[in-house]
Amino acid sequence: MSIESLKCKECGSSFELGANYFCENCFGPLEVSYDLSGLDATEAKRRIQAGSQGIWRYADFLPFEGRPGDPLEPGLTPLLRADRLAEALDLDAEVWIKNDAANPTHSFKDRVVAVAVAKARELGFGTVACASTGNLANAVAAHAAAAGLDSYVFVPANLEEQKLLATGVYGTNLVGVRGNYDDVNRLCTQLAETRPWAFVNVNLRPYYAEGSKTLAYETAEQLGWELPDRVVCPIASGSLFTKLGRGFQEWLDLGLLSGEMPIFNGAQALGCSPVATAFAEGWDVCRPQKPDTIAKSLAIGDPADGPYAVEQARRSGGAIDSVTDQEIREGIKLLAETTGIFTETAGGVTVGVLKKLAERGDVGAGERVVVYLTGEGLKTLDATRDTFQMHEIDPSLDSFEAEFRQEVAV
Amino acid sequence: MSVTVKIPTQLRAATGGEAEVEVEGATVGAVLDAVFDAHGGLRERITQDGDLRRFVNVYVSGEDIRFQQGLETQIDDGAEVTILPAVAGG
Repeated sequence: MSIESLKCKECGSSFELGANYFCENCFGPLEVSYDLSGLDATEAKRRIQAGSQGIWRYADFLPFEGRPGDPLEPGLTPLLRADRLAEALDLDAEVWIKNDAANPTHSFKDRVVAVAVAKARELGFGTVACASTGNLANAVAAHAAAAGLDSYVFVPANLEEQKLLATGVYGTNLVGVRGNYDDVNRLCTQLAETRPWAFVNVNLRPYYAEGSKTLAYETAEQLGWELPDRVVCPIASGSLFTKLGRGFQEWLDLGLLSGEMPIFNGAQALGCSPVATAFAEGWDVCRPQKPDTIAKSLAIGDPADGPYAVEQARRSGGAIDSVTDQEIREGIKLLAETTGIFTETAGGVTVGVLKKLAERGDVGAGERVVVYLTGEGLKTLDATRDTFQMHEIDPSLDSFEAEFRQEVAV
Repeated sequence: MSVTVKIPTQLRAATGGEAEVEVEGATVGAVLDAVFDAHGGLRERITQDGDLRRFVNVYVSGEDIRFQQGLETQIDDGAEVTILPAVAGG
């Protein structure tokens, strides 16, 4: 494919390819538009299979003319069959876990940042920056370090300590803003006007967002060039959710895949559920909320792609649900105990929503369901605190027997 | 009530290059009307059928007006109104 222009998703106006992210006619978001002609499915598949062991194997579908150099290539994360999880939820379905914690900085954000940093270098920027709820901060700091660029990372000051530590280590300029994510995002939108920096999720957002399509491509390739019947995916801004759809659709259009688009189920935390609320109320805009949830990586009260996420869920026959903080903790534990995967709070949200779908009877017999885990449990350790007890004993057989006597007796 | 309205870079062609516009008005709606009266090209870009377009955010002294009274939000003398695209982040 060749990259054509930036196109407004609202009014269709076209703009030049540059560090530009919103339409000057109607304020709509800009999206990269490609010329699909001249790309043949067989040749595309051959090029993918001959490609690297990461996201750049899909370079023909990313916003570059060639294959960019990348010292920290993410992607090709495990897709695992989760039969014990399906059984625990009493689901007569194929449940698959796409564990995107298996990326360089342990979240799906490596995908979008790899694309944005490559574009920043192509456009000649010396500094990259972002507004982050944590995972993006890790990724921007790391990919900037690997590429030899300066970086500024803006986060809410009250972020989980693990996410702050896993950002600062890369030698970035870590800025903790006294406010919530939406305050950070507003500040960065203003800074993007005055600083000559590549804000990956502001002025480079049209390119950055394209990186999420690689999760759709990988899923299809790992399923043997087939589509899932249903996907369950967390929603913060709604960008990943909508780009998963775009990724599957592009391959359907090209003939690399056949069949129907999957049903899209979105997952939010009840304490920050503007998109789930808009879905439930039938709105075509999201009313902003002040987040109050342990799922800080999803705590975006004013989600940029919220309206598109709602449209996608509706169009696919899916839904957008939310779960409580308690259900998030239970989701983390259920996943860990049935799959051996320790996910972060966002994963707890996603598994919690899968459980809800199972209880509601939404998942049909024999369906192939892919559940997207976007981050790593070690970054949100507090969510598991006090959910189990350690047995503390003296280093003697007597002490052990005393502690476990009852279990032995049974 | 004198108010400073901050205009995003991409819209400054419509304000003759001005980054800030000084107008009078008691509510956000009145302030925006005054801005549109001075710079006609902005009205259609920012509003549709009398409401803000869905990807336009307006802040009064840093607070999103949707957490206040929307276009009816009262403005204090010397306040700053900021218009920003709602399509960043995540």
